[in-house]
Amino acid sequence: MDQYHWVPFWPRTAALNAVVVNNLYIAELGLCGLIIAMVVGMMMTFCVRYRQGSTVSRADRVKKTWHWEITWTTATLVAFLVLFCWGASIYIWLFKTPPGDIEIYVVAKQWMWKFQHPGGQREIDTLHVPVDKTIRLVMASQDVIHSFFVPAFRVKRDVVSGTYETIWFKATKTGTYQIECSQFCGVQHATMKGYVVVMTPADYAAWLTSHGIRESLALQGEALFRQYGCSGCHGANSTVHAPTLVGLYGSIVHLQNGGAVRADERYIHDKILMPNEQIPAGYPSNVMPSFAGQISEDNILKLVAYIQSIGSQEFSR
Amino acid sequence: MTTIAIDLPRNYATEENTIVSWLFTKDHKRIALLFFASITFFFFIGGFAATMIRLHLATPGGLLQPSVYNRMFTVHGVMMVWFFLIPSIPNTFGNFFLPMMIGAHDLAFPRVNLLSWYVFNLSGLVLLYALVMGGIDTGWTFYPPYSTQYASGYVFAAALAVFINGFSSIMTSLNFVVTTHRLRAPGMTWLRLPLFVWAMYSVSIVMLTATPVLAMDMFLLCVERFIGVGMFDPSRGGDPILWQHMFWFYSHPAVYIMILPAMGVVSELISCYARRPIFGYLGMVMALMAIAIISFFVWAHHMFVAGISIYSAVVFSLLSFFVAVPSAIKVFNWTVSLHKGSIVFDAPMLYALGFVLLFTIGGLTGLIVATLAVDVHVHDTYFVIAHFHYIMVGGTVSAFFGGLHYWWPKMTGRFYPESWARFAATLTFVGFNLTFFPQFILGYLGMPRRYYTYVPAWESWNLLSSAGASILAVAYALPLFYLGWSLLYGRRAGPNPWGATGLEWTTPSPPPTHNWELTPTVKLGPYSYNPEDGSYITQDGVKHAYV
Repeated sequence: MDQYHWVPFWPRTAALNAVVVNNLYIAELGLCGLIIAMVVGMMMTFCVRYRQGSTVSRADRVKKTWHWEITWTTATLVAFLVLFCWGASIYIWLFKTPPGDIEIYVVAKQWMWKFQHPGGQREIDTLHVPVDKTIRLVMASQDVIHSFFVPAFRVKRDVVSGTYETIWFKATKTGTYQIECSQFCGVQHATMKGYVVVMTPADYAAWLTSHGIRESLALQGEALFRQYGCSGCHGANSTVHAPTLVGLYGSIVHLQNGGAVRADERYIHDKILMPNEQIPAGYPSNVMPSFAGQISEDNILKLVAYIQSIGSQEFSR
Repeated sequence: MTTIAIDLPRNYATEENTIVSWLFTKDHKRIALLFFASITFFFFIGGFAATMIRLHLATPGGLLQPSVYNRMFTVHGVMMVWFFLIPSIPNTFGNFFLPMMIGAHDLAFPRVNLLSWYVFNLSGLVLLYALVMGGIDTGWTFYPPYSTQYASGYVFAAALAVFINGFSSIMTSLNFVVTTHRLRAPGMTWLRLPLFVWAMYSVSIVMLTATPVLAMDMFLLCVERFIGVGMFDPSRGGDPILWQHMFWFYSHPAVYIMILPAMGVVSELISCYARRPIFGYLGMVMALMAIAIISFFVWAHHMFVAGISIYSAVVFSLLSFFVAVPSAIKVFNWTVSLHKGSIVFDAPMLYALGFVLLFTIGGLTGLIVATLAVDVHVHDTYFVIAHFHYIMVGGTVSAFFGGLHYWWPKMTGRFYPESWARFAATLTFVGFNLTFFPQFILGYLGMPRRYYTYVPAWESWNLLSSAGASILAVAYALPLFYLGWSLLYGRRAGPNPWGATGLEWTTPSPPPTHNWELTPTVKLGPYSYNPEDGSYITQDGVKHAYV
């Protein structure tokens, strides 16, 4: 939990990009302070000097105003463009999610965060991660839009219903940091909180062991793959004209409509729920039934983990 | 009212003083007062909700049930946005003074103007129905699928209220556009228009083009919630992001609908009380129009973390920086307009100077939220709350009160008590900063908006903010009393008590029903003040000595 012994002015800084965002923010505060000082300074000076009744000369007022206009238009434009480029480059770095050292599936629902580790460990409202590793979160919502926010990491991403959102962070300090939901999600929105526990690699390994080596997510997914009858068509011995899923994850799928799409988590998720969208070239439509409403987001994530495990190993980005 | 009737010349308010004559009036000035009554009513409902919010948040434990708190911030948002801020300046001062400033006898469509007031009140009634029956807790943004599938409460009625409200906006703005084009007095060329008229014109264009999108949006929301057709709910085949695109396509320009009129008011005030021409009139006009146009191309900056593509986020961030440039131009021009003036610190000027400072802070923090990487952190936190309250409350509401005091003698024929008004203006500035500055700090600390409870570490800032809010509440309630008092006991005002140059000051105060016996002829542009000897020339070409 965030502990402060004094009135807090600044959030804790505990991740790689938090430092980067801090620097940019401080630069912006500096620029804002400078401009405010300039405006207030001019205003105060003029208000005192040119108050009614003061005897200062008012002759020779500036008549040609256009070169002043051009001056401050250019000056502000240049300053703004610098801030824009700075902010945009960090954003692109932050939102082009790299492949994670550890990939954790997150399901958000009113009003809790469910985390599933690759080894099958599951936890609610608490997320244990090792320090100095790139953690990639694949997030789905069971109901309304939520938003995953860790102030100490300066990362936030809406978890939009009906799709997957990914986010990554690399914690640099061990400790416990608050997770918040920052998109209004119903009566108990304010209590949809959790904690990220950042541990040393040794502690993390110990934690994983103590929380039971259960069946990995992929193995659980494999069981579901049979249970929901997916293997009947997509399995190795199937006679149905359905695409094999081996090597699918991360590959480029050529579509019937001439387009192409990368088979990432979101694509696999969408294909399970909306099989008649984005049909691969050479396969008929209206064959696969939709599983919308029959399978929970948790289980879809397990299926995705399974398909990922039989897919390409070298998928990056 | 009757006491005024006895000893004043016949004017718009006293001409025929029956309830029927007010309810069926076609006079733009009377309709302005009708709107003034309506929005004041809604302002105090929204203000009551704001008071409850700040009382509740003074401690982490709070006062209200979570479901009640959620209803409070929704009421506050919906009331303040659609029932106060958007109509505030256009439908009162715009209605009253736009025709007078261009030398017209009324708006182009007086009946449509009256209809606009009725439609506005109808929408208000529908919203009040939703509140009385149990309220809504979606926030003013109505994000689906929460609003369409999960929220209890009267979402349908509230969305319908906003839908109906839009027609009032459209009617009034259409009226303003046509009036500005067609009813300008002889000699009133486009570049002789006071900046307030330009502000009304630019805001009308934004209202006219953006509001229909809101109507579609609310209609689709009702269709999904009521009939169950999947528009925005993914479990029914819809797309929640589609709502956000459509909603912000209206609601971002709506922010400029709120601030452009305020900019117009402040330009009038600063020039008049600094007793010198506004600095860079043409630059100010171009900045108004630039803001109006660019405001349509920045909406997705509300969605930087909502999963839109990285590249569209980059484009919208760049465009958001562009819209800040004309705003910066305006701030510099207002400030430099004080240079070599002869500045009088009457209450309207105090409000105007407060506006410039608060708008500057609001605008600059707008840069911070437009910066992609920082927005990822501050999005949906109190930083954003503080930012837009600096613009909408620090900016628009200050300008509204400034304009109210400035035009009060013209509207009522009476002066307001000056020292009380100066006190209220100062109190507003102090109370406002105490309320909202701590919220910037809370936001960067990571306190999300719409939280009914928070971690104890944030208590001191929240307490400070609530303390400031109580000062602000007093500052906003004060004018109600002393302006009410001045209606009966205020000192009589002549036609032009401030020595201002606009055409509205060339008629008696209060003005007669059709403003002028004869249509005035305009000889020159606005703001012909001379700070050297205080003299000024009204737009009909008459030179006056400053008293």
